[in-house]
Amino acid sequence: MIQTFPRGGIHPPEDKFSAGSPIKVLPLPKTVNIPLSQHIGAPSEPLVKKGDKVKTGQWIAKCKSFVSANVHSSVTGTVTKVDKLMDSSGYKRMAISISTEEDQWEEGIDTSDTLNRNIVATADEIIQKTLDAGIVGLGGATFPSHIKLSVPKGKTADVLIINGAECEPCLTSDHRLMLEKGEELMVGIQLIMKKLNVKKALIGIEKNKPDAINHLSSLAKGFGGTEVRPLKVKYPQGGEKQLIKALINREVPSGGLPVDVGTVVHNVGTAYAIYEAVQKNKPLIERVVTVTGKDLQTPSNFMVRIGTPVSELIEAAGGLPEDTGKIINGGPMMGKALINTDIPVTKGTSGILLIPSAEAKRKPVVNCIRCTKCISVCPMGLEPYLLQQASEYKKWDIVEEERALDCMECGSCSYICPSGRPLLDYIRLGKSTVSKIIRSRKQ
Amino acid sequence: MDKLITVSPSPHVYGDDTVKKLMYGVVYALLPALLISVYFFGIGALIVTTISIVSCVAFEYLIQKYLMKSEPSISDGSALVTGLLLAFNLPTNLPWWIIVIGALVAIGVGKMTFGGLGNNPFNPALVGRVFLFISFPVQMTSWPEPIVSRLQYTDAVTGATPLAVVKEGLSAGVPMSRLLEQIPGYMELFIGYLPGCTGEISALALLAGGLYMLTRKIITWHIPASIFLSVFIFTGILWLINPYDNADPLFHLLSGGLVLGAVYMATDYVTSPMTPKGMWIFGIGIGVITVAIRIYGAYPEGVSFAILIMNAFVPLINKYVKPKRFGEEVKNG
Ligand code: SF4
Ligand code: SF4
Repeated sequence: MIQTFPRGGIHPPEDKFSAGSPIKVLPLPKTVNIPLSQHIGAPSEPLVKKGDKVKTGQWIAKCKSFVSANVHSSVTGTVTKVDKLMDSSGYKRMAISISTEEDQWEEGIDTSDTLNRNIVATADEIIQKTLDAGIVGLGGATFPSHIKLSVPKGKTADVLIINGAECEPCLTSDHRLMLEKGEELMVGIQLIMKKLNVKKALIGIEKNKPDAINHLSSLAKGFGGTEVRPLKVKYPQGGEKQLIKALINREVPSGGLPVDVGTVVHNVGTAYAIYEAVQKNKPLIERVVTVTGKDLQTPSNFMVRIGTPVSELIEAAGGLPEDTGKIINGGPMMGKALINTDIPVTKGTSGILLIPSAEAKRKPVVNCIRCTKCISVCPMGLEPYLLQQASEYKKWDIVEEERALDCMECGSCSYICPSGRPLLDYIRLGKSTVSKIIRSRKQ
Repeated sequence: MDKLITVSPSPHVYGDDTVKKLMYGVVYALLPALLISVYFFGIGALIVTTISIVSCVAFEYLIQKYLMKSEPSISDGSALVTGLLLAFNLPTNLPWWIIVIGALVAIGVGKMTFGGLGNNPFNPALVGRVFLFISFPVQMTSWPEPIVSRLQYTDAVTGATPLAVVKEGLSAGVPMSRLLEQIPGYMELFIGYLPGCTGEISALALLAGGLYMLTRKIITWHIPASIFLSVFIFTGILWLINPYDNADPLFHLLSGGLVLGAVYMATDYVTSPMTPKGMWIFGIGIGVITVAIRIYGAYPEGVSFAILIMNAFVPLINKYVKPKRFGEEVKNG
């Protein structure tokens, strides 16, 4: 049975050029710049200063509030700077720069490749190690994972959902991870199940990755309670609410969380990171990053140390193609365009996508012809054309009433619009303005 | 990095539909009906269609360039579609100058006074058509007989449409069974062998084009289906109650401008509702009003009026009929 979410969605060209390239370890860069805001929430507080020597895996910045995350050094070397630097957000924010020397890992970290299936950690240890290791949602949302490992008082969760949909075109990092680190991933899932005290885990994978579906299905037989569920190839299948709807037919209420309908969703990359943290004592200092593009010589998947400049990845994949028009951190639907290639890879970087200049420009904008296409593709059941108009004319009450805050910014509306209207741009403006209005109302 | 790169918010890829592609899709869908029309009505069909298209496109260009002083957008194909649809709603023996007036009203009043494509509340082609119908009732209600006068234009041999025959007959007290002998059979109605407007005669060709538009996702099925269904049910009930004084539902579906109206005129993007539920309300309204005019009204045919009336309700429908929001109704299982 192939499952999917019922409302809306699009099917852009999949363009998974790097699906067949095994994960290669990227050589250590000369310097790394490790941002202190790689997650949703408060920036972390640096524990090192200029001139300090650090080891790989050493704790260098601590989580400052409940919604925040620890940061560790991804290399061995000397801290050269603790200063503001441009990151993928397009703003200058605090980062720790380290010049690299030969790799020397912090004591107590198991760097071997041997699988450790034997779960001895208690539920409390699992959440503590996740917090210590600085793990955040690796699917791109970068929400601190320890929060999603605890079920709030008064709520219950009966099923864990593991997101292996990878519905963004072009990206293949989760796909490769499922193929190459399948067993580790399975142990990671067991750990999360143990902590959440749920007996069942569903792994959702889009049907365009049959090898991953087969591989994990056969592994799942050896791990109780886990089941692989093939999903239709439809964007945004990997959206949290869409995935829950597809797999267990529950609708997260507007403004609610998955746990409100008895489930918790983690990305496959996160489950792997939790395995490493708990079973190997290894903090989150590297991740799989896809580097891809139509004109790129060798689209690849790399295991990359956090803080590595994007330029190093592009070089290793054959160099920046002549007519690159746009460099994107993430996939083509939800990724962020980068200002230059010095920007570092962070915990949330699932891919680097190079778009040729001919495709980097948008369609000319003409009048809305009320074709209803934006409405029919919106997975949240909104009316993008109306939200756009209302935002443009600053009718914030309408923007709020028409539930702009439900918009998950998937971009399906802008993608489909035949008039080339900048729907999501205006909806974002509407969302942020309405959030401000709501906040001021509460005060 | 010494070269310029674009930095813009997501998404970074776009589908390949454009307004122009959609409009030309409608044009392609209308071609089979045009071919059948030329087969049955000959040069008249060609002349009327050409004059209508040329004048619609020309008026749009002139009004945009010299009155509105904006960049003409005739290349988007919407004026072409309006021209084609206007022609499809006119008899093939209509004098050229009446067509030109119709085109002026359609584009000038129907479309441009409201600010052009996307802003007009009423279907422009129907605005043109109804204006002509009221201003030139005689010319607008004489239809050439098919086949017999393929080489004549304004001097073609004319006849009454099946709907007119039925309407007049029934009001004169002739029973339906007798009237059936005077009108074409279902097969002829289906293929288009009957007097009527340029593009409305062949249900077959129009439905084929509709199917093409459905597969290309140019239109959705909701509006045509709701119109057909409501006409079928309404006329079906009347017919079951009294088959002597009422035509059967199949006749109502296949005659007049119903298929043309349901598939091509009522589905006009700008002037139809935005949500599937809204489309159902809109379509049922059109079906019911059409039948009411046909049976109880002054005219034998009412599709154009019905669509225009329901066009007027679209803002209201859009305001109150909303799509089903995700997470709105919490029903878990
Ligand atoms: S897709 Fe674009 S043209 Fe169509 S209704 Fe939405 S905004 Fe208007
Ligand atoms: S970006 Fe927002 S409004 Fe547009 S389709 Fe996605 S959820 Fe709907």
